[in-house]
Amino acid sequence: MTIPDVNWTSIGTELILISTAVLVIFFDLVVKDKKKDSLGYLTVLGMLGALVFAMTDKEGTAIAFGGMITNDSFTQFLTVLIVGVAIIVTLMSMQSLREGSMDVGGYHTLVLLATVGMLLMVKGLDLIIIFLGLETLSIAIYVLAGYRKGAEQSAEAAFKYFLLGAFAAAFLLYGIALIYGATGTTRIEGIAQYIALKNLGTNPLLLLGVGLLLVGLGFKLALVPFHSWTPDVYEGAPTAITAFMAVGVKAAAFAAFVRIFGGALPLIAFQWKDVLWMLAVITMTVGNVVALSQTNIKRMLAYSSIAHAGYILVGIIAGGSVGWSAVLYYLGAYAFMNLGAFGIVVFYGYKQEANVEIADYAGLGFRYPFLGAAMAIFLFSLAGIPPLAGFMGKFYIFSAAIKSGYIWLTIIGVMNSLVSVFYYFRVTVIMYMKEPIKEVVLNYSLPITIVLIIALVGTIQMGIAPNFYLERALDSIKWLIG
Amino acid sequence: MLKEYAQILILMIIVFGFAGVTLLLSSLLGQKKKSDTKLMPYECGIDPVGTARQRFSIKFYITTMIFILFDIEALFLYPWAVIYRRLGVFGLVEMGVFILLLLVGFIYVWKKGAFEWD
Amino acid sequence: MIPLSHFLGLSVILFTIGVLGVVIRRNAIVIFMCIELMLNAVNLSFVAIARSLSSLDGQVIVLLVMTVAAAEAAVGLAIIISIFRTKGTINVDEINLLKW
Repeated sequence: MTIPDVNWTSIGTELILISTAVLVIFFDLVVKDKKKDSLGYLTVLGMLGALVFAMTDKEGTAIAFGGMITNDSFTQFLTVLIVGVAIIVTLMSMQSLREGSMDVGGYHTLVLLATVGMLLMVKGLDLIIIFLGLETLSIAIYVLAGYRKGAEQSAEAAFKYFLLGAFAAAFLLYGIALIYGATGTTRIEGIAQYIALKNLGTNPLLLLGVGLLLVGLGFKLALVPFHSWTPDVYEGAPTAITAFMAVGVKAAAFAAFVRIFGGALPLIAFQWKDVLWMLAVITMTVGNVVALSQTNIKRMLAYSSIAHAGYILVGIIAGGSVGWSAVLYYLGAYAFMNLGAFGIVVFYGYKQEANVEIADYAGLGFRYPFLGAAMAIFLFSLAGIPPLAGFMGKFYIFSAAIKSGYIWLTIIGVMNSLVSVFYYFRVTVIMYMKEPIKEVVLNYSLPITIVLIIALVGTIQMGIAPNFYLERALDSIKWLIG
Repeated sequence: MLKEYAQILILMIIVFGFAGVTLLLSSLLGQKKKSDTKLMPYECGIDPVGTARQRFSIKFYITTMIFILFDIEALFLYPWAVIYRRLGVFGLVEMGVFILLLLVGFIYVWKKGAFEWD
Repeated sequence: MIPLSHFLGLSVILFTIGVLGVVIRRNAIVIFMCIELMLNAVNLSFVAIARSLSSLDGQVIVLLVMTVAAAEAAVGLAIIISIFRTKGTINVDEINLLKW
C-alpha cells in the first residue's frame, strides 16, 4: 500500500487558520474578560498570515493529496478573496462583540473554521471534499447565526437556517451519490472524462444527480425558489455574520458551482443551461421586486443579495473566458460594496442592533457626513451606477451574456437593475432628505474605520481601474477554457 | 439467489414460533391473580416515584451532545486500526494530531464548565 | 447477489419518507430525525454503489458522512434547546417571529 502524496504547502492556508483557531480557543480560557479584544486581533493576525501565504504561494496548478485538492490560480484568487472577507468580518464584529457581551473566543474560532470550510470548497477537486467544506462552513455558521445573546430573532434565525440547511445538504449529498453511481467516481475530472467516454448526455441517473446537486447548492446560494430562509436568517443573525453569509458563503458556493458545472459537467451543458436560465430570471426578478417593499435594512440587503446571485448566474450561463472571469470579477466587486454596506449597518446599529429599520437612517447624511457619503457610495455601487465597482461587474456580466447570444437574459437583467436603483436610492433619499427621528451617538473605533476605508477604496478602485482585478480573474479561469 | 436467505427465514420462523408459542401457552395455562403490586411499572424492584413522563433536566442534553461528538470520532479509529501496520509511523503521527485536536476541544468544554453537574 | 437497483430503490423510498417527514411534520425533533433518515438513505446508496463498482470510495464517504451527521446532530440539538428556552415550544408553526 502506498500513502498518497502529502503536500503540506498545498493546504498551508488552511493549516495556518486552523492553528489560529486552536490558539484562540486556548487563549479564550486564559485571557481575562476585559482583554478579550486581543483575541480578535490574534484572529486577524492569523488570517493576515494566511493571506500572505496564499498570495506568495507560487506553485501554480499543484495537485495534492492524490488529486483531491488543487492549488491552481482559480483557487488562489478565491482564497485571497475569502480570507480577505473573513478579516473584514472579524474586524467588523469586534466592537459589537464587546458591547453585546457575547462569548468572544468561540465566535472568532467559529469564523476561522467557517473560513477553512469555504477554502476547502474552493480547493476541492472531489465532490466529497466540496461537501465536507460546505458542511464545515455550514455547521459553524448555524451556530454563529444564533450568537446574539438573549435575542429571540437570533435563535430563530439559527433554527431556520439549521433545519433548511441540513435539509438542503441531504439533497446535495444524494446528488453526489447518484453522480457517483452514474460515473463511478466523485472526482471532478473523472466525471468529465467518463461523460465524454460513454456519452452520458441523457443518462437519467446522472441528470437526476445533477438536479439534486443544483437544489442543494441553490439553497446555499439563496436562488429563488430555494430562498425562503434568506431574509429571516439575514435579519436575525448578528449583522457581521449576515455579511459573512452574503459575501463569503456565496463566493465559496459559487466557486464550487463553477468547479462542478464548468469543470465536471461542461459536456452536458445543453441540459442544465436552460434550467439555470430560468433560475437566473426568477432569482433576479423576485429578489428585486420583493426588496422594494422592505422596511428593515437587513431584509432589504437580503433580497438585494438574492438579486445579485441572479446576476452572477447570468455570468455562469454565458460561460466562456469572458463569462467565467466576469463571475469572479463580480464576486470581488460584490464583496467590497456589500461588506461596506453591512459594515455601516453594524456600526450604526451598534448596541444590540437597535437601528435596523430604514426609517432610522433619516438624517444620517448630514449628522455623520463621512458615514452618509460612504453608505451612498456602497448603495450606488450595488445599484450599478458608474463609475463604481458594481457597474463594472454588471457591465462585464451582461456583455458576456450578449457575446454568448443571451439577448433576452440581458434585457431582463438590465431591467432588473433599473428596478433595483429605486430601493437603493430610497435609502439614500431618507439619509439626506428626512429629519432624524432619534438621536444616535456613534464612536468611531479603529477596526470599523479600517473596514469602511478598505471597502471604500475597493469599491472605487474596482470601478475606475478594473484592469488589475480583471487580469487576475482572467488568469484564474484558464483551466476552464482548456 | 434467494436460497441463501432461506436458512435465515427458517431460523426466523423457529425463533418467532418458539417465542409466540411460549407466550401463548403461559397465558392459556397460567393462573392470573392481579394485585396493585403486580400492575405497578417495574423499576428494578423499587416502588416507582412519580410519573415516568416528566421532563429531563437540560443537563442531560448537554452531556448527550458532547457524547455524540466524542463517540463518533472513534469511528475513524477502526479503519485506522485495520491498516495500522501498513501506515507505519506516518499513521501514528496523523492519528496523534487527530486525537490532539479532540483533546483541545475536550479541555475547552471542560474549562467552560460543561461537565459540572450543578 | 441482490441487484443494485433494489438497494437504490430502497434508498429512494427511505429518502422520500424523510423528505415527506420534513415537509409534513411540525415537531422540530421529528423533522431533524427525518433529515437524519435522508442522510442514511444516501449512505445506503453509497455503500451499495461502492459494492457494485467494487471500489472503496463509497465506503469511505459513508464514514465521513456519519461524522458530519454527528456534528450536525450536536449543533442541531443545541439550537433546538436554545429555541425551546427562548420560546417554550419547538413546533415550527409557532416559531414565526420573523415573517416568512
